[in-house]
Amino acid sequence: MASSADTAGEGSHGDGDGETRRDFLMLATGAFGAFGAAAAAWPLIDQMNPAADTLAVSTTEVNLEPIKPGQRVLVKWQGKPVFIVRRTKAQIEAAGKVDLANLPDPETDAKRALKPEWLIVVGVCTHLGCIPSGTKHGELKGEFGGWFCPCHGSHYDTSGRIRKGPAPKNLPVPAYEFLSDKLVKIG
Amino acid sequence: MSDSKFKNPIVAWIDYRLPVFSFMEHELHEYPTPKNLNYWWNFGSLAGIILVIMIVTGIVLAMHYTAHTAFAFDSVERIMRDVNYGWLIRYVHMNGASAFFIVVFIHIFRGMYFGSYKSPREILWILGVVILLIMMATAFLGYVLPWGQMSFWGATVITNLFSAIPIVGDSIVTLLWGGFSVDNPTLNRFFSLHYLLPFVLVGIVVLHIVALHQHGSNNPIGIDTKSPQDTIPFHPYYTVKDLFGLGVFLILFFGFVFFAPNFLGHPDNYIEANPLVTPPHIVPEWYFLPFYAILRSFTADALIYLPISWLMSAKLAGVLAMFASIMVLFILPWLDHSPVKSARFRPLYKQFFWLLIIDCIILGICGAKPAEAPWTYIAQAATAYYFLHFIVIIPLLGFFEKTKPLPTSISEPVLKGGGGSSSAASTKPMEKA
Ligand code: HEM
Ligand code: FES
Repeated sequence: MASSADTAGEGSHGDGDGETRRDFLMLATGAFGAFGAAAAAWPLIDQMNPAADTLAVSTTEVNLEPIKPGQRVLVKWQGKPVFIVRRTKAQIEAAGKVDLANLPDPETDAKRALKPEWLIVVGVCTHLGCIPSGTKHGELKGEFGGWFCPCHGSHYDTSGRIRKGPAPKNLPVPAYEFLSDKLVKIG
Repeated sequence: MSDSKFKNPIVAWIDYRLPVFSFMEHELHEYPTPKNLNYWWNFGSLAGIILVIMIVTGIVLAMHYTAHTAFAFDSVERIMRDVNYGWLIRYVHMNGASAFFIVVFIHIFRGMYFGSYKSPREILWILGVVILLIMMATAFLGYVLPWGQMSFWGATVITNLFSAIPIVGDSIVTLLWGGFSVDNPTLNRFFSLHYLLPFVLVGIVVLHIVALHQHGSNNPIGIDTKSPQDTIPFHPYYTVKDLFGLGVFLILFFGFVFFAPNFLGHPDNYIEANPLVTPPHIVPEWYFLPFYAILRSFTADALIYLPISWLMSAKLAGVLAMFASIMVLFILPWLDHSPVKSARFRPLYKQFFWLLIIDCIILGICGAKPAEAPWTYIAQAATAYYFLHFIVIIPLLGFFEKTKPLPTSISEPVLKGGGGSSSAASTKPMEKA
């Protein structure tokens, strides 16, 4: 259509003007229609996102008092498991010593734990979302003493970092803050 | 109206205004069908019947099912124990899904063996692949509904596939879930979509049949019908053959429903979903196993991943490969440019066809095994071969294969030269000759 307007424009002025104006109107109408369709579609798509009440229960407070050194616990946050580990001196040292060059997703241990004694990570395998084992006593902890995901064989270390297997990323660290020495708010 | 082809005046009256009877007469009775179709041609109508069975049993199940995480598992148990014939209806629906896939897989491999995807049936074939995709989505959504452990963790793993998409992946997963994990909003929308998609399927099946009737069925020797000598009317010849096949199918099917209803299922799905405990060994339903094996084949140290490792993560590669394993079927009509359709006249293609079948079975077995040596290596080799078959072997065969001579008509092999052009004088279909 644009090309026919161009050739017409060369021949006679009046016609050409008319054609380009029509082209413009067509384009403007089309753009308007597309914008309107997208605007109408958005509520239909966005309704699928988390609703206000789902978002509202998005933080969890955990009392750290009863957790002993070396112990791991699992709490629920946003419907997902969160691993909280009170790490021993040896575990902290081991996690700090790892050569970053060997990591698929390099991160220092210091960056992953606000207080080295407490490791708090989301217990969802970054491969396809299974829950790695190793939190409960006697469960497999994998080759690096952290967690092992049974679904497709991912190994995590004592900092929750991915060391081996199909998972691409470290176990994510959720946003959290210490409300007091013995109380942490996750989310 | 007086010259209507229908004797019954009511039928004639209606048909004059709404030509449903003409339509049926045209599509079923007059519709000329190659006279040499064998039993592999039963599986199309069989698939259609199963779709109807799934819709009927599904609608009835939905009358008793509760799509809420707190009640779903119990409502299915109530269907099994308390609802009159609930056990039967659910077992028919459950095993019907498996039967649907068996039948459709056979139907697809039939098309591959006899070259049914070739011109002029490319769109017919593409619509078939679309049907397969929607079926897979429907079955996946349905499997989540009983809210057992496999439902929950299957849903988790499959929805997480989308997190492999760069940048927007995680937002897409949150959008699919309607929360931060698979939860009640997810179950609700899955039920809504599980109810919807089978009806979308019906629509596409109708298009599939429109495309089929445009040029008629392919046949075991893969050459066009040339004269009425080569065809017989669909009804009664193939309606009766299809009905016989249906009878055999129903005997086998109800053998499963009554005597081994959980044979193809996984016992863990009778444990209610627990979002905080992943079962040690999760597997999808059997019909997804080959695709699952392809997904898992792409690990950071896999040989097949090396050539693309600079481009994307192993996780994304696995997800793309899994989708590609079906997408490649869309372009099969153009990958295979051999002019000969039926494998009966393609000695090499015939052998590679069976190798592909074996390869798919191996993939299926690997998908059921835990992801450890030697299964990972076998799965990786089988995945490589799967793509090699479509991307390399099939196009090359088009160039290098020496095909056998084709008969001149469908009737020729039967009538020893009596059919085809020589008998063009007989304009009537065979059965009236
Ligand atoms: C393409 C057709 C369909 C397929 C392949 C399919 C597949 C499935 C599968 C695999 C299950 C899980 C069975 C189990 O393990 O318990 C299921 C459950 C269910 N389906 Fe379907 N379905 C289809 C059509 C429908 C339709 C049309 C409805 C109508 C609403 C429906 C309603 C249900 C309900 C309520 C359940 C949950 C009860 C149960 O788990 O037995 N389905 N479906
Ligand atoms: S989900 Fe953990 S390894 Fe795949």
